[in-house]
Parts: sequence; structure tokens; C-alpha cells
Amino acid sequence: MQCCICKEKPATVHLAQIVGEKMQKLDLCEDCAKAKGVNDPASFAVADLLLGLGASQELDPSAAGAEVKCPRCGFSQADFKKSGRLGCPECYVTFAEGLAGLLKSMHKGTRHVGKTPEALRQTRENVDRLKLLQKKLAKAIETEDFETAASVRDEIKAMSAAPAKTH
Amino acid sequence: MKNLDSFLIPPSQAARQHGPNDCIVMSSRVRLARNLRGSAFPTWAKKPERVKVLDAVLPAVSALPEMADSFAEAMDNLTQLDKQILVERHLISREHAAKNIGSGLVLNRAETFCVMINEEDHLRMQALRPGFQIREAWQAIDALDSVLEHKLNYAFDNELGYLTACPTNLGTGIRVSAMLHLPGLVLSEQINPIIQSVNKLGLAVRGLYGEGTEALGNVFQVSNQMTLGESESVIVERLEKVLAQIIEHEENARQKLLEEKPKVLFNCIGRAYGNLAFAHIISSKETMNQLSLLRLGVDIGLFPGTERALVDELFLITQPAHLQKQLSDKLSAEERDLARADMLRDRLKAVPRPATK
Repeated sequence: MQCCICKEKPATVHLAQIVGEKMQKLDLCEDCAKAKGVNDPASFAVADLLLGLGASQELDPSAAGAEVKCPRCGFSQADFKKSGRLGCPECYVTFAEGLAGLLKSMHKGTRHVGKTPEALRQTRENVDRLKLLQKKLAKAIETEDFETAASVRDEIKAMSAAPAKTH
Repeated sequence: MKNLDSFLIPPSQAARQHGPNDCIVMSSRVRLARNLRGSAFPTWAKKPERVKVLDAVLPAVSALPEMADSFAEAMDNLTQLDKQILVERHLISREHAAKNIGSGLVLNRAETFCVMINEEDHLRMQALRPGFQIREAWQAIDALDSVLEHKLNYAFDNELGYLTACPTNLGTGIRVSAMLHLPGLVLSEQINPIIQSVNKLGLAVRGLYGEGTEALGNVFQVSNQMTLGESESVIVERLEKVLAQIIEHEENARQKLLEEKPKVLFNCIGRAYGNLAFAHIISSKETMNQLSLLRLGVDIGLFPGTERALVDELFLITQPAHLQKQLSDKLSAEERDLARADMLRDRLKAVPRPATK
């Protein structure tokens, strides 16, 4: 097994830490372990390494071609690997696939819960509601409950007719 | 341009701001990361784009009623020394102090709000409170943000929430943190297991100046790490609970040291007093570590008649930039160590030796 930091020497130090409900693992060689202060339990580096960016600071390369560039700002996967920061808000769309795994390992969930700008609150609620209705419609059709299906369809129609979209 | 030095609360006054549990919780902070739709993040944006964002954000923030009397300035208009002073006051990050053209800062008179513009994100807005007041800090910054969102077009995604330069801040963009003085847990060697169990709850423990810094003066910063998938209030509540427990552990550790190892405790505090009151050469690092023990001595009643505020003031004015600011000549680090010792001897003249019988 290779060290997950230098990717050169064999890993001899293995760390596992449970954060929330997720297990995070690190396999390090002697030198990287020492450099990151892993042998010293008081060190903060361990926490940063395990909790934040660090070993996992790479977008999933299998997700999209490494040569993909953000159409808005020209940012690439290689740039992310260098800095651990994205180029612009649009990058979250461009690199969505590659980011999914990273976000999962780093956060409690992958969907935002909490404050929403007032101007978008309506949109957000509508999107949620629309999703719910579509599920309901699919289920009604599946169970051949056409009466419900018809009323849900009308509801969806009414919603998409309303000018709720702001972006 | 306003003079930063005359704008900032004088150290003697800053050290006298009180809050709940302030013998352990030195300060509370909540920061929100926000970005503008359609603009590249500061670390990727070219200079003209950064300047454009700064020119849009700085006036919008300055116009907020909370910022009516504020220090609003582009970073390139500040001297190196002023920036360092802001870092030592914990008003801006070290990263922000390194910024120049295209970055800025808006700080209100009471120093309860400080907004960094074009740090890692277009906006890093912080609410600061003395003592244990993270809920109050959250409510304050939430209100500020709710006004600002009508003036600036935030980058927000229905699935991912507020979009940030670093995916670690995505979602709520919130970081709730408290600065804790934990000499009891350090002296009784309980700090490592505490740090580890706090880590296990998904919270980070860091040193005095945040990311990648050491815990000088037994001061630790505890903050949330995850920002996506749970709401701000859930994060604030978890921090509140964990901090309340750490406070209790620290109180118990101090009590236990007093009961079981008074000699060890008095030895540490007595030596710290001796070093600080009689040294002729002292580094800022040693000063902070010794002042921490002096602060502990004041808290457990070994220095009747001496206020904690004196120690907290010394904590501030003995740091490199603050020290330099008080002197007319530009000093080298070695010269500063002499000047620091002179100042400490002078200020501690009035403090009688610890009352350990």
C-alpha cells in the first residue's frame, strides 16, 4: 500500500478516525506521518488532515475528463488539485460529478439545509414541492390510481404556469 | 482615510470588555462566507475582477446601519504594521493580512462586526462577542446578512446552498468558533483526550491564530468543520453544548489541581510571575505562555487586587506589532525582546507577589 500523501513510499502508519458517522482512513509512510505530526496526539494537523482537505484533496478523476475546463472562468481539475479551491460559483456545476464524493466525505450531508436568501426561498420551496408532486404522480400511475394522477398532474401544470422562477 | 490606530479600541479598554464565562471563553465568533454570482472567487480572479468586486461590496457593507461608524479601507492602503495589529486583535486572518490590491475590510466602531472582502471568498463577515456568546454572535451576523442579501446578488444553489471557494465551507458557509483559555486542562494533562473527543464530534481544535497555528498561551480555538447538510442553528447548538462541557472540564481541572497538587500549581504560577516581573529579555512566545499562568493565578485568587484585565491587556500589547506601534523606532526582534521585558517589569511593579502563604 502506498502512502496517500507522497504517493511514493510504502504506508506503514495507518490511521482511522470516526467523525460523526463516517470512518475516515489514512495510510501514511513514516516520513509523511512525522511531517504531519501524526505521531504526536496533541497535534492539530491530524484533525485537519482527517477532517478537512488533505489526503482527499482531489476530484474524482474517473468522473469527468481531466481536461474539462469551467466554461465561465477557465478553471480546471489540475488547478483544484493545486489549490483545493474552485474558480467561480459556476465551477460547482462544471465539476459537479467529481465533487460529489469529496463533499460526501467532508460534510454531514450533500444537500444544503439552513438559511436561504429570501428572494430564492419561494423558488426553493417550489422546487421541493414539484419534486414531491412528481413522485406522487409516478406512484399514482404505477398503482393505476388515475383519479389522483389527474389531480396531481393539474397541480403540477398550475405550478409551472406560475412565474415563480427567479433564476 | 481614517487612522486605524485611533479607530481601534485602546488595549486597556479592549481588555475590559466582559461576557459570560469570560475567565475561560475569551471570545466568541461566527463568520459567514458569501460570494457574488457570476464573479470568479478571489484566489482565481484576476486583479481587475477583484477590484470590481471590492468596489461593489465595500460600499454596500459600509452602508449597513450596523456599520454606520466604521473603518472601511482597501488592504493596499494599510501598512504592514496595521495589518499585523488587526491580526493580533483577531479581527482579520493572517491570510487576509497578506492581501493587497482588490481586497478590503469594514470594521465597525464597537468591533462587534468585521467584514473581510476578497479574502478566500468575496465576503467573510464576522460577528464578534466577548465571552461565551456564540448564539448572540450568530443572531447578529444572520441579521446583517439578511439585509445585505438584498443589495448583493449572492451565489446560491438550491442543492448546495451558498457557494464558496473551498468546498469545505459550502452550504451554510458558517464557522462558529470560540477562543478558550484552558491552562487547567493543559497542566493536568487532560487536554489531549479532550481535543480528541472534540475532534470525534466533527469539531476542530486549533491554536491561537487559527488554522495551522500552535496553542500559545494555552489558548485554543474550537470550531465546527462541516457546513453542508445541517442548519446553522443545529451547528450553533452543538457548539454550545460542547463548549459548556469543556468549560466544566476546565473548571474541574482547576479545582482538582488546587486540591490535589497545589504545590505544582503555585510553582508554575510563581515562576511565571517571577519571569514576567523580572526578565530583561523575553520573547512574545514565552510572554504569552507565562501570561497564561498569571491569568490562571488571578482567576484562582492568588493575586487579590489585580484585575484579569491587566493580564489581558498585556497579552495584547506585548505582541510584536502592538509593541512596535508603541515605540518610535523600528526595532529588530532582539530589540523587541528587551523592550517587551522593560514594559512587563514596569507594568507588573504594582502587582504584589502571589498570595500562596
